[in-house]
Amino acid sequence: MRIALFIACFNDVMYPRTGKAMVRLLRRLGHEVVFPRGQTCCGQMHFNTGYQDDCIPLAEHFCDVFDDYDVVLAASGSCASMVKEYYPTLADRAGSQRLHRRVDAVGARLYELSELLVDVLGVTDTGSYFPHRVTYHPTCHTLRMLRIGDRPTLLLRNVEGIELAELPEADECCGFGGTFAIKNADTSTAMGSDKVANAMRTGAEVITAADNSCLMHIGGMMSRGRSPMRPLHYAEILASTRADPLGTGGPVRAVDRPTREFAP
Amino acid sequence: MPPFPEAAAHALRDSQQRHNLHKATRTIRAKRDALVAERDDWEQLRLSAEAIKNRTLAHLDEYLLQFEEAATAAGATVHWAPEAESANRIVAGLAIDAGADEVVKAKSMTTEEIGLDRALAAAGVDAFETDLAALIVQLAGDVPSHIVVPAIHRNRAEIRQIFEQNMGAFGRPAPDGMTDDPASLAAAARAHLREKFLRSDVAVTGANFAVAETGTLMLVESEGNGRMCVTMPKTLISVVGIEKIIPTWRDTEVFLQLLARSATGERMNPYTSTWTGVHRAGSGSGASVIDGPEQVHIVLLDEGRTDVLADPAGRSALRCIRCAACLNVCPVYSRTGGHAYGSVYPGPIGAVLTPQLRGLRSEQDRNLPYASSLCGACFDACPVRIPIPHLLTHLRAEVVDDEPAFPPSPERVAMKAASAMFGRPAAMGLGERLAGLAHKVIRGGPDATVPSVPGLAGWFGSRDVAVPPAESFSNWWSRTDGGTRESGDGR
Ligand code: SF4
Repeated sequence: MRIALFIACFNDVMYPRTGKAMVRLLRRLGHEVVFPRGQTCCGQMHFNTGYQDDCIPLAEHFCDVFDDYDVVLAASGSCASMVKEYYPTLADRAGSQRLHRRVDAVGARLYELSELLVDVLGVTDTGSYFPHRVTYHPTCHTLRMLRIGDRPTLLLRNVEGIELAELPEADECCGFGGTFAIKNADTSTAMGSDKVANAMRTGAEVITAADNSCLMHIGGMMSRGRSPMRPLHYAEILASTRADPLGTGGPVRAVDRPTREFAP
Repeated sequence: MPPFPEAAAHALRDSQQRHNLHKATRTIRAKRDALVAERDDWEQLRLSAEAIKNRTLAHLDEYLLQFEEAATAAGATVHWAPEAESANRIVAGLAIDAGADEVVKAKSMTTEEIGLDRALAAAGVDAFETDLAALIVQLAGDVPSHIVVPAIHRNRAEIRQIFEQNMGAFGRPAPDGMTDDPASLAAAARAHLREKFLRSDVAVTGANFAVAETGTLMLVESEGNGRMCVTMPKTLISVVGIEKIIPTWRDTEVFLQLLARSATGERMNPYTSTWTGVHRAGSGSGASVIDGPEQVHIVLLDEGRTDVLADPAGRSALRCIRCAACLNVCPVYSRTGGHAYGSVYPGPIGAVLTPQLRGLRSEQDRNLPYASSLCGACFDACPVRIPIPHLLTHLRAEVVDDEPAFPPSPERVAMKAASAMFGRPAAMGLGERLAGLAHKVIRGGPDATVPSVPGLAGWFGSRDVAVPPAESFSNWWSRTDGGTRESGDGR
């Protein structure tokens, strides 16, 4: 199948590893991956802060870029939910029926990774190998907007060598919330420290999720607290194989640390 | 009261309160989850409640008139109060006409909303709370921290102290030998309140529902003090927000099932009192037994509600039945407590409803819609399916829209800059420029993190950010033709 990647600005700049892992994984499963040129930010940060007018051209542009693809994969659960959940609101704000139809159509063809694998490609075992103890944090947007449920853990459970540790109070928000982390920094920090404490309790080496933005917040707090745990997007775990394994990198001081070179 | 971010920071430092809140919200949450899981028609119930409320709101004018007609026919007097001031004036006038210098009150957030106690005090009438939690709040000179459990932020030891120190000033003092034990505390409250019930001729209550078809008011509670208020005094005055209307008696079936489970995690609340107009001689089993008030007054309150109704994108907030399920699941509320919201209605629904009712004029009200990480737990818990996250983003847009464009706020400038940077096709090269800049500015090894950035101090107070990697995804894709031309740094 031909799959168009929607990387989104934040992952493009801060977490290119995630996109590369998706490319590697999908090619391994025999699919063609394309990266439509000219894609930009989805506008989530602006929308959630109240700057809705700034997002309308971004929604139009998103349709221009992705209109022609049957299957679009978002590298981030929250960007996917922005398109599906809030682009229609923007179309209403713009008073444009046409935009409404376009965003509905493109939203219906947009998937988060586990949805794409399980629902569209019918894959639950990706033949991956990751011999480490991992805990999964279901981020709010994937859990309550995309409703991807246990699809990611279904995939993770089938990874060879993995030991999945259940995260206490898993479905509670980590406190990121985009500009919430800045506007309400103290509350965000209180939520984040509880999340980190719960993660530490699992004894896992790695905390994984479908969203690098939440992982940046959780990992940033872990880094400040010199925690030995490493945040990792679950696409990277799925991309890891026996022939080409990904290390955990061990205790890290920072969020995005390449562990070794590889060819996708 | 400072705006939410500062008030919250203050509340977060109170470790005793944080502990109390954590414990209480998690206990109620677990009870609620278990009882919701018991119902396989929970989603249908929620959809029914949503539909009933939507229908009511769409024809609210007709239902209100129907309610007035039915209640009047049953002997009640209906008063219309466009805002808080007139509601307070009506209630104070009625109490004075009844010759009362004190009233007993059954828990009513609506009277909190309009500041009734202060207005009554100014008219020389003392108001005494009878709900146990509201009593604790009143004795402590505090304000409610929660819609259903106003004293949620207090533990038993604190409550004993409050009773010991302050009960005497309000009436019967706490008995000697009172302990932290719930039974001992309840006994003290009972003795204190009994004296009030026997003495007061006037009661003021709220109502959970007002049935248009029959003109009935309904009060739902756990302790029975509300029932004492609606049966003992001769004059009963109820202050009811106009959004409390439901069309028919039958509709109460849906709401009673949803409310008890959502609010306190019970299958059914212990006391449900309903009254339709006044007591009439000859009704009930013994005609000589007086089992209800001789005078019933109903004050229908608008206070901004019709403005909310006029906003198609915001009106769903009026479906709220004040169960507080959204508070109990809210990760923000469960850490800061209710006081930080500076509003009678705290938590997720408060962050929406308060600025809707009061307008977005003050700094405090403009900050409330931002007091959420938009995690969405509130919507999933809400028995009437109010899309709180959508309402929050809607209000945030209103905050931004009515800020003057000139001079632009620092935030607006930052947002414009971000749009210019990320909103341009071919973000390609941006990562490289950012990384290059970061590597130039930051000296240090591969583990270097970004130092604090002006304007983002909130982030850097507790979190590190790694220096962005040297190459962005888009640049890697073009350089290696999607990873097919050369290996490069694949990770
Ligand atoms: S918004 Fe919903 S959950 Fe919150 S108090 Fe109102 S009815 Fe209950």
